[in-house]
Amino acid sequence: MSTSTSNEEIVPTTLGGKASDYLDQRLGIAGAAKKNLRKIFPDHWSFMLGEICLYSFIILLLSGIFLTLFFTPSMGEVTYNGSYTPLDGIKMSEAYASTLNISFDVRGGLLMRQIHHWAALVFVMGIMVHMLRIFFTGAFRKPRELNWLIGFTLFVLALLEGFAGYSLPDDLLSGTGLRIMQGIILSIPIVGTYLSYFFFGGLFPGHVLIPRLFTVHILLVPGIILALITAHLILVFYQKHTQWAGPGRTNENVVGLPLMPVYMAKAGGFFFVVFGFIALLGGLVSINPIWDYGPYVPTQITAGSQPDFYIGFFEGALRMMPNWEINAWGHTLSLNILIPAVVVPGILFTGLAVYPFFEAWVTGDKREHHILDRPRNMPTRTAIGVAGIVFYGIGWINGGNDLVATHFNLSVETITWVDRVLIFVGPVFAFWLTRRICFGLQRRDRDKVLHGRESGIITRSPEGQFSEIHTPLPQGDLHKLTAHDVHRPLTLTEVTDSNGVPAPKLRLAKLRARATRWYFGERVEKPTEEEYRHAVSSGHH
Amino acid sequence: MSGDMTHDEGHGSVAVEQEHGHGVVAENPFADPGLPEHQPRLTDIDEKVARKSERIVAGLFILSAIATIAFMVCYTEVPNNTATIVNFFPIGAISASNFALGLTLGVALFSMGAGAIYWARTLMTDVELPQERHLLESAPADKAAAAAEFQQGLEDSAWKQRPLIRRTLIGAMAVLPLPALWILRDLGPLPGTTQRQTAWTAGELIINDNSISLDGTQGSGIKPEDLQVGTLVSASPAAVLTAGDNAVDMMTMSAILLVRMNPADIKSQQEIDWGYEGIVAFSKICTHVGCPVQLYEQQTHHMLCPCHQSTFDLSDNGRVVFGPAARSLPQLPITVNADGYLVAKAGFDQPVGPSFWERG
Repeated sequence: MSTSTSNEEIVPTTLGGKASDYLDQRLGIAGAAKKNLRKIFPDHWSFMLGEICLYSFIILLLSGIFLTLFFTPSMGEVTYNGSYTPLDGIKMSEAYASTLNISFDVRGGLLMRQIHHWAALVFVMGIMVHMLRIFFTGAFRKPRELNWLIGFTLFVLALLEGFAGYSLPDDLLSGTGLRIMQGIILSIPIVGTYLSYFFFGGLFPGHVLIPRLFTVHILLVPGIILALITAHLILVFYQKHTQWAGPGRTNENVVGLPLMPVYMAKAGGFFFVVFGFIALLGGLVSINPIWDYGPYVPTQITAGSQPDFYIGFFEGALRMMPNWEINAWGHTLSLNILIPAVVVPGILFTGLAVYPFFEAWVTGDKREHHILDRPRNMPTRTAIGVAGIVFYGIGWINGGNDLVATHFNLSVETITWVDRVLIFVGPVFAFWLTRRICFGLQRRDRDKVLHGRESGIITRSPEGQFSEIHTPLPQGDLHKLTAHDVHRPLTLTEVTDSNGVPAPKLRLAKLRARATRWYFGERVEKPTEEEYRHAVSSGHH
Repeated sequence: MSGDMTHDEGHGSVAVEQEHGHGVVAENPFADPGLPEHQPRLTDIDEKVARKSERIVAGLFILSAIATIAFMVCYTEVPNNTATIVNFFPIGAISASNFALGLTLGVALFSMGAGAIYWARTLMTDVELPQERHLLESAPADKAAAAAEFQQGLEDSAWKQRPLIRRTLIGAMAVLPLPALWILRDLGPLPGTTQRQTAWTAGELIINDNSISLDGTQGSGIKPEDLQVGTLVSASPAAVLTAGDNAVDMMTMSAILLVRMNPADIKSQQEIDWGYEGIVAFSKICTHVGCPVQLYEQQTHHMLCPCHQSTFDLSDNGRVVFGPAARSLPQLPITVNADGYLVAKAGFDQPVGPSFWERG
């Protein structure tokens, strides 16, 4: 088969050229390369957050593979005789003994353990901040709702994966975490006891949990995470990245720098920066010193026990809940555990997952959105997000109520009661305050558009009146500050007028109209051209 | 409220699409002026600056290579033992090997990345380019063609004409995943009544946890005179000494606390009766989610669970005085045996530890 009879056939001379040609003749990659090598990516610091998650996951895979070479996932009992003398002669599980061995006898083992743990924290923290960025800028809107769901699933999996890995060393601290988890499983109505027995292979702690968690932690969950990250990135690539409004940046283009060479160097370099940063943390900052905790013994515990940060909210919710329990018809319903550990997180996470669909239903917006919202321009969404952060944050702080008590010399009962009140009052106040701040910022933008920027130059008129000179904004800024939509609430006049509208639909429409009033009833209008012309001509500049 | 705020019941309707954005009219002062002109960087116009940049990038790459080699040298040369530590302000004492390896690896990676980014920022193009973005939605003709292909496939399969095949397939597919659940049955035994049982029975010797030998087979009992008023002891049933592999599971269910109080401090007659000369025994497992309760306030007889701060009053039937636990700590009736050692007078009268559905 002839490759080409064209006169312009390129005969590669360099090694790279020959290699590419070899591949192209078998895979036909030139077309894809032509399209993608110079693919444009927009630039903004907040677009790096997702990269941090990706890179810390790669670091987790690399350091995790090293750890599996030395870790023994077994609850079989051994007597420790390693080089950490304070635990000499103590009975412990093989899992704990091999973790001590990694920490003290394998060169670079402690470094890899600490890199692994720090990278896990960076991974979860990165996902949280990345998700907030997506939320507050409205990057989840059409066409990216599905990628939001993939990202949400990744978030849940990251929490699970982190907890599973944290539990593997079988030290006193992580064992206590597992015990709490088992108590939570027991509280699930009807099936809880059975689930616990299947999960732990009988009574707690049993003999099978660590090997089972090991499989979950190194194969099952990371496999799913890897697959979903791949899908997540393919969608980002295929749908193209969102960008901020600005001169020359529209919903129909993407403005930025080409993948090759700029983003290859920037993103590739950023991987090494993240890895280097985490390696420095692993080398210099101790994390999870399991030798200090000792092996897990179910009858022992340490005061001031704290989980990894991302479990803090659940822990705080458990600590906060009043001791409600229902005993009826021979059964026990532990509301004191179910509500904080299952119901509240369930509502919170479901809300997070479905938010894009809820907002799309409220706005009725069917357009594709590639220009990001400035958070101030969607005050209610932003306020919902901040209320969520406050709710989460108060739960999180209450997860350390004992440490707050000892550090600030307060009573733990007082702190718990304050948090019990704040978890309801705080989000409401935060919602109100955030909306006020958003409206204020929008009004400032409006003033800037109409009257220009404060120049700092004060003039005095012949009459003695002082005034500040405002310099008009360049057109690029005018465009940027007026590029957003101002949504309006809906009324139901036409629907109620028309006959034949079935009642359920009407009820839904009413609900939607009410939701739009909640979202958009109060708003700051963009300056109109007339207002602008008037402002200019009346000399407000 | 300022004049530019609008607060109304809105206009528009469910039936009519909302009005979005604003129309572009001639001489719109807010119109998009297009991409601003590229501002050249110093490195774009001054070769000297560019060459300095080049040297910095190369320097960072060289630093990376040096640190990589240093990492390998440190791996073999810095002793990895608990005695060799370095004091590093403000972090404190850390293992010398870990410090050296982390530092060299960190520098090797970080300077590699920093070099690449500096290169991109100073010497690679920073001319922003636009690229067109097309609607993701397919053209109507493509949609229609795809639907037609699908319809053709459906017809070729006779999916619609042969409902018997369709229904049996859907039914069979619906039950096919069930074995995946069925096969998990042997993950663990059924609970039965094991969640209600502890190792405590009448006459079971109480063993001081501190006396249990490292191999877990030896331990000694406790005599009332061993305990002063105010003393707290963690204890287990003697059965754990012979339980072998199941000792840990057994301790998890059966762990108790022994406290000796001044009998006058005890508020409940039943508690006094179930104790022995002011010595009372309670389950050590928190009734919330099962952490061992451990922090004892001698003056108030409050016992705190460090996990979620459930607080129990040991002088009042182990009643909950604060926190998320719903039930009192169960009390174990105790007495002394013929040899003068403390033993259980009977088992617990209720399941210990966290609640569960079947508990009732």
